[in-house]
Parts: sequence; C-alpha cells; structure tokens
Amino acid sequence: MIELRNLSKSFVTADGPVEALKHVNLTVNDGDIYGIIGMSGAGKSTLVRCINMLERPTDGTVLLDGRDLGALDKKQMQAVRREVTMIFQSFNLLMQSTCLQNIMFPLKLTRTPKAEAEARARELLETVGLPDKANVYPAQLSGGQQQRIAIARALATNPRVLLCDEATSALDPRTTQSILELIRQINRDTGITVIVITHQMSVVQEICNRVAILENGAVVEEGEVSQVFSRPKAAATRQLVFPEMANAETQAGSGYGQLLRLVFEGSVTTNKPLIASMAIECGIAANILGASTRTVGKREYGYMLIEIPGGPDELARALKYISGAENVAVQVEAEYRAKEGA
Amino acid sequence: MNQFALAFAPDKLEEAWHVFLTEFPAGLWETLYVTLLSTLFAIVLGLPLGILLVTGDEKGIRPLPKPVMKVLNVVINFLRSVPFLILMVMVIPLTRVIVGTSIGSVASIVPLVVAAFPFVARLVESSLRELDPNIIEMAQSMGSSTMQIIFRVMLPESVPSLVTNFTLAITTILGYTAMSGAMGGGGLGKIAINYGYSRYKYAVLYLAVIVLVLLVQVFQSVGSFLAAKLDKRIKK
Repeated sequence: MIELRNLSKSFVTADGPVEALKHVNLTVNDGDIYGIIGMSGAGKSTLVRCINMLERPTDGTVLLDGRDLGALDKKQMQAVRREVTMIFQSFNLLMQSTCLQNIMFPLKLTRTPKAEAEARARELLETVGLPDKANVYPAQLSGGQQQRIAIARALATNPRVLLCDEATSALDPRTTQSILELIRQINRDTGITVIVITHQMSVVQEICNRVAILENGAVVEEGEVSQVFSRPKAAATRQLVFPEMANAETQAGSGYGQLLRLVFEGSVTTNKPLIASMAIECGIAANILGASTRTVGKREYGYMLIEIPGGPDELARALKYISGAENVAVQVEAEYRAKEGA
Repeated sequence: MNQFALAFAPDKLEEAWHVFLTEFPAGLWETLYVTLLSTLFAIVLGLPLGILLVTGDEKGIRPLPKPVMKVLNVVINFLRSVPFLILMVMVIPLTRVIVGTSIGSVASIVPLVVAAFPFVARLVESSLRELDPNIIEMAQSMGSSTMQIIFRVMLPESVPSLVTNFTLAITTILGYTAMSGAMGGGGLGKIAINYGYSRYKYAVLYLAVIVLVLLVQVFQSVGSFLAAKLDKRIKK
C-alpha cells in the first residue's frame, strides 16, 4: 500500500517559487491500477517522482507499507527503487545495449549472477511478447516494442509497484491499446500495483480502477473510476471526462432558467426518451445545450447539459421527474459551483 | 618565386628523397609514439576530469561544492589558453623532474600531455553532456549508485561520441607534436624545421608536411570508422 500524506513540493525558479504539489493525500491499495490524470503542468510528473523520491517532497510523507521513504538513507532508497520501478514516455532504453542487456540492467546493479540474470531477462522477453529480440538494439525497434522492453526491464527485479509516467503518450492509439493490455495482464498475473500518470482520459478508462484528478498541484477529485466518471464533481474532471461539454457550459451562461447536468448510466437509459417525455408529461421544454456519451470499462455513460426555462417551480418539477428515472443522476449546476467554491 | 622554384629543382628533389629514405622512418616512428603516448596519458588524466566536470556540476548526479568546480574550471581554462609553444617553455622544470631532460622525443611528451589533458577533459565533458538526461533519471529510478551511473550508463552510452572526440584529440596532438620539433622535440616536426627552416630545403619540409597530412587522414578515417561501427543507434 502506498500512502501519500499531505505531500507538497515547491521549486525555486527564476520567476520565484512554484508550488508544484499542494497537500496531496492519496492511498493506493495493493493490486490497484491507479490513474493520476491532469492537464500538462498539473504536477503529475512531480507527483510520480515523489513516490520513488527522484524528487524530494518539500513537505509531507510517502509511506510504502507504512515505511516512510523520506527517512531512508541512500542505500535503503536504492533498494526501495528495485521494488518501485518506473517506465517512461520516452522509454529511456540504453541505446548502446541490446534488448537483453537492457532488461538485465537492473539485475546487474545488484550483481545478480549473469546466468541467473540472463534467464530472468529471457523469461521477461517472453512475457512482453518479444522473445526474438534478445540481441537486437533498441534503435531497430518500433516505439511500442521499445516500451515493451522498458516494461520487461522494469519488471526484472520483481517489483511490487510499477510507475508509468505517460508511458503511452508517445504511441499511436493502437499501440497504446496493446501496451495497456500488457500492463493489465501483468497486473492480473502478478498482482503488481500500477500507478498510471497520464493526460489521456482514454488510458484511465481503459485500465484504471481508481483515479485521482490533479489540477494545479492539488487533488480535486478521487475515487472509483466508474464513480468519478458518472458523477464528475470538479470542473477539471468534467473537462477531462467530457471535453465537449466544457464549451457548452461557457455558452450557456447568458441563458435564462436553470442549468442541469444529467448523467445516464448504462445503456438501459438510452431506451427511454427522457427529455421528450418530460416535455409531454410535465410540459417542461428543456433546452439541450450539449450531450455526449462515453464508454468506461464495459459501461456506457451519457452526459447531458440542459436548461430548464421558468422559475423554482419548474425546476423542482423537472428535478422530481428526472430523479424518478432509473440510472440517471441529476445535479443543479449552481450547486456544482457552490461546491467548488467551498 | 624564382627562389622558391629553385628549391624544387631536380637535384633538390633528389636530395629530399634521400632525406626521406634515411631520416623519415625514424622521424615517423618518433612522431607516432609521441602522439599515441601523449594521447593515452591525456585521456588517462582528462577522462576522469571530464567525468567530474559533468557529475560534480550543480545539476549533476553528485554535485561538488561550487568553489571546487570553480577552481577546476579556472585551471582548465588557464591551461587551454596558454599557447602551446609558451606552455612548453613553462613546463620545462616539470619535464626535467619527470624525464630528467627537457630535450628529445620522450621529454616532449610532458608538455604535450599538460597541454592536451584539459582539452580532452572538455571533450569528454561535451560528450557526456550530450547524453539524454532521461537516461540518467532512468538509471536513478532503478536504484543505481553514482559509480554505476558513470560506468554502466554514462560512459557506455557515450562511446561513439567519445571515440569521435578522442579522434579530434589525437589529430590535434599530432599537430602539437610537429610544433614541439621546434623546441627540442623529435619526429617529423624536427625534420621539417631543421631542413626547411634552418637550411632552406623546402622540398624536405613539404615532404614532411605531406606525411603529417596523411597521418591525420589515417587517424581521422580510423576514428570515424570506429565511431560509426560502435554506434548501435544507427539502423543497419
């Protein structure tokens, strides 16, 4: 289990101090595939580097199974880094070494006997599906293949945690899929805890069970992926989940009436024309400002921003009607704003 | 011009050819071993110094106190800015201590090394700085010690660049060797100076220059070939 307690990190730059992380609290359970998502500059890379102390936090603690990583000496830290390994956006393979040597690299650091290290490396080449690339140099591989070698290297020391820093951001969508599939399979087979740093919502949708949304160095929302996606509370989350809707919101400001945000969960909700039947049964003609659908894991999510004309009475009736429908969550936009302000 | 043409008259050419056959083999040998030994010692001193310049940097993997780095840089810049001929004179006492004399091929190795090792240190520094910092970060994330980063990551990853830069060093040192001929050193430089400058036998001087140019060509070709051969980033 990894616990981040009140983690803060600030840098001193030419333009003065920058707070990259502000009081981050997170708990990652064993076996989780935990997503940390945010726009660029949100502090994701700093956060992940604090987990293995490549960056020393300014304040707060990182606990790995209750052990305070900040309190470890150099040798102990090096040992921890064999338990918490990392893959990168740019793969970072040793370009002058063969794939086999690359995978053996972390084992050589611990002076593992050569035969043993080589056997382990060959086994991992099988795991990542590139058994024939042992004596090939990375430059001869595609990006996806290079990332597979990097994954094999990260697994060489049998780590308990794998940190993925934008590991698929340099890859095309299809290769991204196959790499994510590999990570999920390794998670399933070995029970390794995976922390995925990304700016791509699709990556979180694809493999994560929990997610934290990072904005300006702070966690604005955290929870089960399905929960966060069906009831995105923070503006940053909504922006990530339904980027199309972010625009609808800004357009809708000048309208009269009340804005409602609807989330439809599961395909069963699309069987019934909710807005049309509300117009017929309640006489409320809702104005649809935007709508979108998403698939998260195996579930369908619909998302709609509507405007209810009239006063509090119409609003109350509309809320009552929509709340009566199955698998639909409704929230009044003003409440969202109030929550964010708090 | 006329005088110049006379220097290449048939009898002069024949004389030059005679010198070529009698004195050049020994001269070439002296030039070669002085160059190779000087380069070797310059690398022995310059390589660790170059590594230190990178790792000890403020943003390096093992930052050293700023004043230490400052002193290192000032010393290197000082040695690099003294003209070689003057440096040769300056280190004569040191040469005497080490070799016993300041005259001859072996003695010329001392000033050559003193002149070349700061240059090699800078070359090594630039080679190592070319390395992608993400690779260093990867090594740290895998739990490498400072020494492991230097010997298992920085140096192996920089081999092609180091070979290219060492080739540059050896050709430069070859040029310095010829210069040392004017100050008591041996080799082709001495022959060129003795015959060409002191006795106006230009044909000998030109022959010596041609041999030196050929030597540079050979060193450069071998170096470039090795650098390309050793670089695994090139797709084959």
